[in-house]
Amino acid sequence: MAEALQLETLSLSAARTAVVEGRVSAAALAAEHYERIATVDPQINSYLALSRERAMAQAERVDTAAKTGESLGPLAGVPIGIKDVLAMRGAPATAGSLILKGYHPPYDATVVAKLEAAGAVLLGKLNCDEFAMGSSNENSAYGPVHNPRALDRVPGGSSGGSAASVAAGLCVASLGTDTGGSIRQPAAFCGVVGVLPTYGRVSRYGLIAFASSLDRVGPFTRSVADAATMLEVLAGPDNLDATSSTQPVANYSAEAAKPVAGLRIGVPEEYFGEGLDPEIRAAIEKVLDDLGAAGCSIHKVSLPHTRYAVPTYYVIATAEASSNLSRFDGVRYGLRAEDANTLAAMFRKSRDEGFGAEVKRRILLGTYALSAGYYDAYYRKAQQVRTLLTRDFLTAFAQVDAIVCPVTPTPAFKLGEKTDDPIQMYLEDIYSVAASLAGICGMSVPCGTTQAGLPIGVQILGKHFDEGTMLRVGTAVEVAQAGR
Amino acid sequence: MSQAAPPEAAGVSLAEVQHVADLANLELTAQELPRMARDLNAILGHIAELSELDTTNVPPMAQVAEMLGITPATHGESLRVDAVKPSVDRTAVMAEAPETDGRFFKVPKVIER
Repeated sequence: MAEALQLETLSLSAARTAVVEGRVSAAALAAEHYERIATVDPQINSYLALSRERAMAQAERVDTAAKTGESLGPLAGVPIGIKDVLAMRGAPATAGSLILKGYHPPYDATVVAKLEAAGAVLLGKLNCDEFAMGSSNENSAYGPVHNPRALDRVPGGSSGGSAASVAAGLCVASLGTDTGGSIRQPAAFCGVVGVLPTYGRVSRYGLIAFASSLDRVGPFTRSVADAATMLEVLAGPDNLDATSSTQPVANYSAEAAKPVAGLRIGVPEEYFGEGLDPEIRAAIEKVLDDLGAAGCSIHKVSLPHTRYAVPTYYVIATAEASSNLSRFDGVRYGLRAEDANTLAAMFRKSRDEGFGAEVKRRILLGTYALSAGYYDAYYRKAQQVRTLLTRDFLTAFAQVDAIVCPVTPTPAFKLGEKTDDPIQMYLEDIYSVAASLAGICGMSVPCGTTQAGLPIGVQILGKHFDEGTMLRVGTAVEVAQAGR
Repeated sequence: MSQAAPPEAAGVSLAEVQHVADLANLELTAQELPRMARDLNAILGHIAELSELDTTNVPPMAQVAEMLGITPATHGESLRVDAVKPSVDRTAVMAEAPETDGRFFKVPKVIER
């Protein structure tokens, strides 16, 4: 028995309801997604591995529970994809790198376990930039992901596969990670919703670390309501992650549905300067008009240190990465170079063969910034500027409830367009890294397309642990778009 | 001291890049070395903009919670109780190792005799 569902537009709530009401079995829904992956994904390259056995076993458990009238979780039967930097027992975890080729983690990340406990059917592992380092998904050792909205363009990065798979109807929702923009930017490029939760809101146990003071896990979905549902499942403290927060988890679905009238929206002038694509500027201005019409008051705010966010980020993120990535040495898992006679040679050769150019570049930069004689000039200086950037936000949030700005300066660019110039690629993160450094929550919501048909996203930034207000504004943006 | 200026931005030599690569246990080929030196110098030039800012008396921020005043005293202990619990099975862990005798990880010779 199967009702025909449109996989490309299927919402999380519609998928769950269909399964719960017995109109579609979870097994059939998973099988349909696998069929579509087989047909469509060769052009997109979003999946690195499929976890068919685990998915079908879970789907059967859900279907049995549905038949016997057991209570079903909030994600019952919903097909979900997982970025390949998260551990999922039985499936490979490559982090988009050759150095982890063949590695199968013997445990589940907390977020993976939580999704499955809520009834989700986990379809497989999604392509990404190597160790989540990149803004275009072109740094994956397993080939780039193509943007489903324009196949000659990048999907954004580093969670390119997570955004593309949701946009292309290859899963209903997905998990990504964001260190400097890696959820919000690909969400904007692919025209889906992406949420960066507050630092500490979602457990990172089982995440392959890039920059530990910045790394966060969050969902990609097709609607703000779906993102709220995902966040309710994902959020909360975890015994296995000492950086996870004990702050109470709100009812995000209820928060997201509240009207926005009376909310104060901040517009940071520094995010509308030179280099912003005029079509994106116009789309964001329309969003502000819509929010005004919905009863929000719009206020200019200043985030004066914005222009220092990218250099600050590239010191702190690479310094932490140089430390985190020292664990990849060919001893305990993954690739080991052959023909090395000494331990030192084995380390070097394994890392040389295993890491790609961008990862080496960042390890070198981070090692340099931390090395004797340079620590104060680079690392300590960047940490001080990080304080200033965070104070910028704390000051702004004393006056407004949420901030609205662009996610990216341009729409999705062409594959190969920026690969030769690391600085051009790093400047892609200009509107996303400050929120990463400050630890506040943020999201990208689709707000139209360019004349060429490329998606545009608007960024909504919220106070620390105030995902509720951020989602509320997101819903208002979505409602106004639907009314166009 | 807090105003330490970054060293001459365009000044990382090939030898310095090689030294940093050694510190990071990275092997760079003859082709990679000049390219990495070029990229590193370009990025460090961009990072040098940070020296425009006066950060005298600005405390360094290592992570977010400290900025929000979140401490175990105000928000509860986030560390789990230190109790013995079963961990991941050793067989499953060792199965991932490139070379093992089942109990230990095996590596090439460390000490020359």
